[in-house]
Amino acid sequence: MEALFAISLGMLTASGVYLLLRARIFPVVLGLTLISYAVNLFLFAMGRLRTGVAPVLGKSAGHGDPLPQALVLTAIVIGFAMTAFVVVLALRGLGELRSDQVDGKRSER
Amino acid sequence: MMHAPILPILLPLFAGSLLLLGHRLGHGIQRRLSLAATWALLPLAVWALLLASDGRLRIYALGDWPAPFGIVLLLDRLSALMLLVTALLAGFALLYAVRGDDLRGPNFHALFQFQLVGINGAFLTADLFNLFVFFEILLIASYALLLHGNGAARVRAGLHYVLPNLLGSAFFLIGIGILYGLTGTLNMADLARRVAGADAGQAPLLATAGYLLLVVFGLKGAILPLHFWLPRAYAAATAPVAALFAIMTKVGLYAILRVFGLIFGAQAGPLAGLAQPWLWTLAVATLAAGVFGVLAARDLQVQLAYLVIVSVGTLLLGLAPGSLEGYAAALYYLLHSTLVAGGLFLLADLVARQRGELGGALQRGPNLHQPGLLGGLFFFGAISVAGLPPLSGFLGKLMLLRAVPVGIAALAIWTVVLCGGLGLLIALGRSGSTLFWRGSGAPSGEPADGVRLLACAGLLSGSLLLTMAAAPVQAYVRETARQLLDPAAYLRIGAGGGA
Repeated sequence: MEALFAISLGMLTASGVYLLLRARIFPVVLGLTLISYAVNLFLFAMGRLRTGVAPVLGKSAGHGDPLPQALVLTAIVIGFAMTAFVVVLALRGLGELRSDQVDGKRSER
Repeated sequence: MMHAPILPILLPLFAGSLLLLGHRLGHGIQRRLSLAATWALLPLAVWALLLASDGRLRIYALGDWPAPFGIVLLLDRLSALMLLVTALLAGFALLYAVRGDDLRGPNFHALFQFQLVGINGAFLTADLFNLFVFFEILLIASYALLLHGNGAARVRAGLHYVLPNLLGSAFFLIGIGILYGLTGTLNMADLARRVAGADAGQAPLLATAGYLLLVVFGLKGAILPLHFWLPRAYAAATAPVAALFAIMTKVGLYAILRVFGLIFGAQAGPLAGLAQPWLWTLAVATLAAGVFGVLAARDLQVQLAYLVIVSVGTLLLGLAPGSLEGYAAALYYLLHSTLVAGGLFLLADLVARQRGELGGALQRGPNLHQPGLLGGLFFFGAISVAGLPPLSGFLGKLMLLRAVPVGIAALAIWTVVLCGGLGLLIALGRSGSTLFWRGSGAPSGEPADGVRLLACAGLLSGSLLLTMAAAPVQAYVRETARQLLDPAAYLRIGAGGGA
């Protein structure tokens, strides 16, 4: 399970970084979203990966760590808010700068 | 339980929420409410300072969960000092804003209050994840404040500010995740204990987490390779917002001081002094880059933004040795540079308003309505910021230079700091003479508004106050540094005790 988890995290991050470097606003937003997914999964994994255990003492054979789940929840909420803000900012940028380049220059095409 | 530590967070939070709910109230009521809430932070901060000056660490357990299981706020000398400087800066910035700048976009006052929630919270929290949350609060408020007033330049600067900071937040979470995965705690004091007791196999991963956090705080603090977002963003922001942002880079430096002074501090065994060797180089490079920026700027606001970078470099120089003298000098310089930078941003706006289309461009323009008054304020601010005697910039730099340990490094640092000061002097002298002496033709706009002048002069007079009260301020910052360098008391918090 760990290997699969690590590989998918790596792929998410790599795709995110690639999209981030495209320097056009839509890929950049997608890239940031992929990276934040990877980060959330990473935080989750820091409570150790175990299946079939409840994050409550005495409910199952072992017990999971509830704290990373709380952290992930917070991180997801904040990530949503930030993504929404960037999208609005991008739309305004498109309106005011007439360009979807991150540096605000006109595209060559 | 003593509720003093949480009040500086709750007050702007409630005021901001009220302002959001009552966004249909008239401007007059909104302004009064916002001003009252912001200026009420000043007595609160003074109270916190008086409480903290007995040298005890006051912790406030949120929800009454004991540390290290619950989140705790910590009021010590350092956080009280930071609260005070924030309250002063915010009070005067808001006073400037209520003369019209707040109407250039919706919800200015609510955003201003939420920004203060984030800043005060970041200064008070003793929990690493909570620090992340307060960072996000202050960032999202600052994103919106930066765009206040619209305009293409602000949108462009906004993108450059928001996108790197979002990536920085991802790094912050990864760093926190690694630390939590290895130590099982997020309380800074408890982290310090566990990092000190970590076995050798964990050390490289812990160091990775530490360096990730250094990158994040370096980005917030605009330290050299990560400073590119700052000049454009600060120059494009509305004047009172730019003045308030003078404290934002200091939040990054404060976090460096907390994390690398405590968690990776002297007691951290193999990881002690993790960032120390890097800080010297980064500080000198940031300082030099800032000075070149100041010399090359063709616009007064951009020039001031580079002055903020210079002050970041200078401050970092004080943090680098990790000594009592260094910390004391850095804290004194922090007070000085925050207030003076804020005042200069307001002054630049006052000047730009009288130059019509030229704004802050450093070219010959029309005469000003009050060349003597504005020029005098600029002269005062420039002397202070360049570090000439007799003002506080000189005292701060003197303390810093004396804190540098003798050696080859000292030679390089003295050279950079002193040549940097000369560079600042030349650049500011050139700007001043262009703006105030080489004018021709009738001034445009109206003479400067009295309240705006008061706000600007109020911030700049902070430098005078710091000079006249240099002895008590220095005594306080030395005690603060002593407290920071004695981690035993902090470590007791992590063990569940506390004062």
